[in-house]
Amino acid sequence: MLLFFIRRFLSSIPVLFSVLILCFLLVRIAPGSPFASERALDPATQSLLEKKYGLSGSLPNQVLRYTGNVIQGDLGESLKFRGRTVTEIIAQSLPRSLLLGSISFTLALGLGIPLGAWSAGRSGQATDTVLNTLALLTLSIPTFVLAPLSVLLFAFSLHLLPPAGWGSLNQLLLPSLCLAIPFIGSCARLTRSGLLQTLRSDFIRTARSKGVAESKLVLLHALRPAILPLVAYAGPLAANILTGSLVVEEVFAIPGIGQFFVNGVMNRDVFLVSGAVLVYCLLLLFFNLLADWLTALLDPRIRLSS
Amino acid sequence: MKNRNRVMGLVFFTLIVGAAVFGPMLSPHGVGELSSQRLTAPNLQNWLGTDLHGRDLLTRLLYGARISLLVGFVGASISLVLGVAYGLVAGYFGGRLDNAMMRLVDILYALPRIVLVIVLITLFDQKLKHTLDGTILAPLATHARLLLLFVGLGLVEWLTLARIVRAQVLSIKERPFVLSSRLIGQGTPTILFRQILPQILPIIVTYLTLALPAVILEESFLSFLGLGVQAPLASWGTLLADGASLLNPIATPWWLIVFPALTLTSTLLLLNLLGDQLRLDQDSR
Repeated sequence: MLLFFIRRFLSSIPVLFSVLILCFLLVRIAPGSPFASERALDPATQSLLEKKYGLSGSLPNQVLRYTGNVIQGDLGESLKFRGRTVTEIIAQSLPRSLLLGSISFTLALGLGIPLGAWSAGRSGQATDTVLNTLALLTLSIPTFVLAPLSVLLFAFSLHLLPPAGWGSLNQLLLPSLCLAIPFIGSCARLTRSGLLQTLRSDFIRTARSKGVAESKLVLLHALRPAILPLVAYAGPLAANILTGSLVVEEVFAIPGIGQFFVNGVMNRDVFLVSGAVLVYCLLLLFFNLLADWLTALLDPRIRLSS
Repeated sequence: MKNRNRVMGLVFFTLIVGAAVFGPMLSPHGVGELSSQRLTAPNLQNWLGTDLHGRDLLTRLLYGARISLLVGFVGASISLVLGVAYGLVAGYFGGRLDNAMMRLVDILYALPRIVLVIVLITLFDQKLKHTLDGTILAPLATHARLLLLFVGLGLVEWLTLARIVRAQVLSIKERPFVLSSRLIGQGTPTILFRQILPQILPIIVTYLTLALPAVILEESFLSFLGLGVQAPLASWGTLLADGASLLNPIATPWWLIVFPALTLTSTLLLLNLLGDQLRLDQDSR
């Protein structure tokens, strides 16, 4: 067990650095300079700036310098938000995205699994059809449609909730729901298809013929193997949802980390983008590891060491 | 019952494609036609209302359908070709090559897609324009961004398919019919394309129906950010972004949000339902 964690930890280090280097290179070779503004920059200032931020010299040199700094825990300074380090920016914005994301993640699993199980129990009936279509509907509405529409409806027409902002609980409700809704749909669908498959297997037939009650059958016997695909899906989902959604953060004016992914690339703010991607990648690797571990817990046939 | 669903889905899909192809010709309004009737609510003259510049929303939606569907088709096809080729090679040859190829997929997976697409688009936008300008393809130069959008979306979509195809090939290549075709001396290309590819065709078709809405969704997201289709062209995503930017607490022109949203969502829902049905048919077989 311990060996498994150590091995996984070691094997994720090269992936982490490959992603980091690739990201750094991609942003650096993109045309446009992070120092560009309305006025043209004279070459002397440009090269001074590049030197100051460690972006001078050949590309391989820059990469080496940057990765060296990262290993020592220094993520560099933002090129657009002058005077602020990337670590500072992440430390400030990440907790907000984490809070919003964890509420949404809980909603996605907490509503998705029961809805999927309910739908599977009514397989072939009208309830199932309706729920299934609803789930597909949630996957077909882009967040950037859902968010403005819900603001229009709940904030501007019904005056029930504040349209934007950050801080109070009722300001959290609308954005976390908007973020969660598509994932509620996909969680429900995965649970449903997993359950339908499991309910057809031999051990369920045996349990049923022994006289186990149907509700107990689903909850105690079938659900455990049935949510395995969901667990595999939830790993990357957690990393995605926790690093924030650009759209939700923009529509509801939440100063989270999501916006830095896109704005950073647009500004060629290479250290900020690489830092944000590093956080994302770390979360992704961590939750994938967690998902694998959970899978082995749920399914005793899977051995971690192999 | 199932058959009826599929037929209905196909009929509706044909209707949408038909509207995209022929709709703009039937409209009395031009796509960029400005008028003094700005931000009018839906009425008899402008069935779905007009936008900030007095342009007819229905006409713009019909033209937008062309762009959105085209991006969807081309993007999905590119990802299809790439994903299938990559998965076939990795799965069939296996060993070290497979290992290296799949690590690359892992790394690309860990990079946020949006970063990749943005860099691709900005990286080659000007270059492509210049390259096209000198050739017979010059008329395409103004649409360099659109071409890049096709390629970029295809390039981020193929990863999933590559994994699926590879996993399939891994099991299929051990089956007796592949061994026997190797025994009678068929070459690797023949085995790959004549023996293995037909086996995974159903999966590919299903994937295509699910990739189509995914690409349309991603394009609309990029357009929403202002990175996708550029004016004067407009996709459903651009129209939605225009509508959403006019959102305010006093007098929001609701039709500019509701109608593009309805169009996009119903199309995506239809495609998803169709893909779902195809996948179910496969499972039951």
